[in-house]
Amino acid sequence: MPDQAALLKTKVPLVSETTHDGGVAVSAAPSPDDGLSASELAAKYGLTVSGARPGLFEYVRQLWGRRHFIIAFSQAKLTAQYSQAKLGQLWQVATPLLNALVYYLIFGLILGANRGMEKSVYIPFLVTGVFVFTFTQSSVMAGVRAISGNLGLVRALHFPRASLPISFALQQLQQLLFSMIVLFIVACAFGSFPSLSWVLIIPVLLLQFLFNMGLALIMARAGSKTPDLAQLMPFVMRTWMYASGVMFSIPIMLKDKPTWIADVLQWNPAAIYMDLMRFALIDGYGSDNLPPHVWAVALGWAVLVAAGGFVYFWKSEERYGRG
Amino acid sequence: MADLDKLDKNDARIPTVIADELHIVYRVNGAKTGKGSATSALSRIVKRGEERGVRKVHAVRGVSFTSYRGEAIGLIGSNGSGKSTLLRAIAGLLPAEKGKVYTDGQPSLLGVNAALMNDLTGERNVILGGLAMGMSREEIKARYQEIVDFSGINEKGDFITLPMRTYSSGMAARLRFSIAAAKDHDVLMIDEALATGDRKFQKRSEARIRELRKEAGTVFLVSHNNKSIRDTCDRVLWLERGELRMDGPTAEVLKEYEKFTGK
Repeated sequence: MPDQAALLKTKVPLVSETTHDGGVAVSAAPSPDDGLSASELAAKYGLTVSGARPGLFEYVRQLWGRRHFIIAFSQAKLTAQYSQAKLGQLWQVATPLLNALVYYLIFGLILGANRGMEKSVYIPFLVTGVFVFTFTQSSVMAGVRAISGNLGLVRALHFPRASLPISFALQQLQQLLFSMIVLFIVACAFGSFPSLSWVLIIPVLLLQFLFNMGLALIMARAGSKTPDLAQLMPFVMRTWMYASGVMFSIPIMLKDKPTWIADVLQWNPAAIYMDLMRFALIDGYGSDNLPPHVWAVALGWAVLVAAGGFVYFWKSEERYGRG
Repeated sequence: MADLDKLDKNDARIPTVIADELHIVYRVNGAKTGKGSATSALSRIVKRGEERGVRKVHAVRGVSFTSYRGEAIGLIGSNGSGKSTLLRAIAGLLPAEKGKVYTDGQPSLLGVNAALMNDLTGERNVILGGLAMGMSREEIKARYQEIVDFSGINEKGDFITLPMRTYSSGMAARLRFSIAAAKDHDVLMIDEALATGDRKFQKRSEARIRELRKEAGTVFLVSHNNKSIRDTCDRVLWLERGELRMDGPTAEVLKEYEKFTGK
């Protein structure tokens, strides 16, 4: 532990601090260290390279040590978002509610995308889809800017940089929890009342959060190198949204196309988490709407992307300050 | 003077920071040509180049020095000479292009501005800033009152529960300094933090910095105020255009520097 060594060493020269004032000549007095090169000298006194990347486990440990900062930062961001508005934190719930209304107006009433579904199923189906996808979408968008938009912070203070993307993903999770209030109201209004299957919401949220966190970490590293991604990602995300069946049922919509297309679309992570959430929440949305092995796939995506994203982000840890 | 000589004889000059041929390069996007139009950006993409549209700014060029425990080192030089960049590189916040910095423990910059949010109350900013600097929740709780009292924010009413955007610039600067100065550091780096607030607060912050210096092993101070350098530092590094122009005792270097700046 270099810290302990440092503490022990501090005692010696403190004396000099208190007695002198004004200029004191620091002459390069001959010492046994004179012939040493910088790296040899560093090694002799146990100095370490500043800003070097810690090992993976050490990194996880540091990150755990910063958990209070990660949580406080995400909550602060969430609060700051609406602090200038007159209605204040009420917007946390009002924003998703208005979102749901707009989508209902366009896809439910005008376009009639509810092919093959009862109205009492379609409305909660649509609202769930919008909220769950928005969770992933905003995690990605926040992830892209997590480092490039906070360079000031990165260049001023020490903390494991992964704190930032994780904190932003956590902020989106809290945002979703507010949206869930709206979702519960909508579900009840259309005849899906709380039942035992609602307990499944918790593992679904957990898995999706892991997946989103991994995505945010990947995007944070990519975005720190190429800030242009912030301009590009909205289009990618919109394409992904329309391909994931946010406002329509994939199997019904793609009935007369080759089955592999529907399979691919249904197994994409966004569709998986949406479908699981709908299955947990909506009475009329049974397990026949889910692809096979859906829980295994949901877990697989979460673990793969979270672990992969974390390692990918960590690999570049020492370079994030450059911008 | 006597104590330093004594240290030398005991071979107790323990290095705390070693910079070895350090180079720092900033990369700035979209500043390659003077024209910022879309067509010129497109032509940059079409034309093949080493790194398109990226301009490099070589801020620190081959700086080497060794600092020892117990030293207070001043960094001087004209604006844009690389002083703040060098500090950040020592702190490990900016990656080196070439060369290396070795440090004992974790050097930290005195400053927490970037972590604070104007839309939050002063109260929450104290907590957020403390956590950002790596303090634990208990430490912050224990020091909370001390921080608020030091800042003097509450002297004119209950301002700490108002959002920071409602503060005057002086009040905000005082709170920021108070939060930043609440933590003890191994190697402490101060980047022109002395000149905030009114006269009364300046005196108080100078006293606090002296306290921090006692706790810290080595102190780096960036300042354009030669007097505060003379008061606090025993060694000065003079940077000009990213190069180390002079390194020596305060009086000598400042004399040359004043000659150079024509004072």
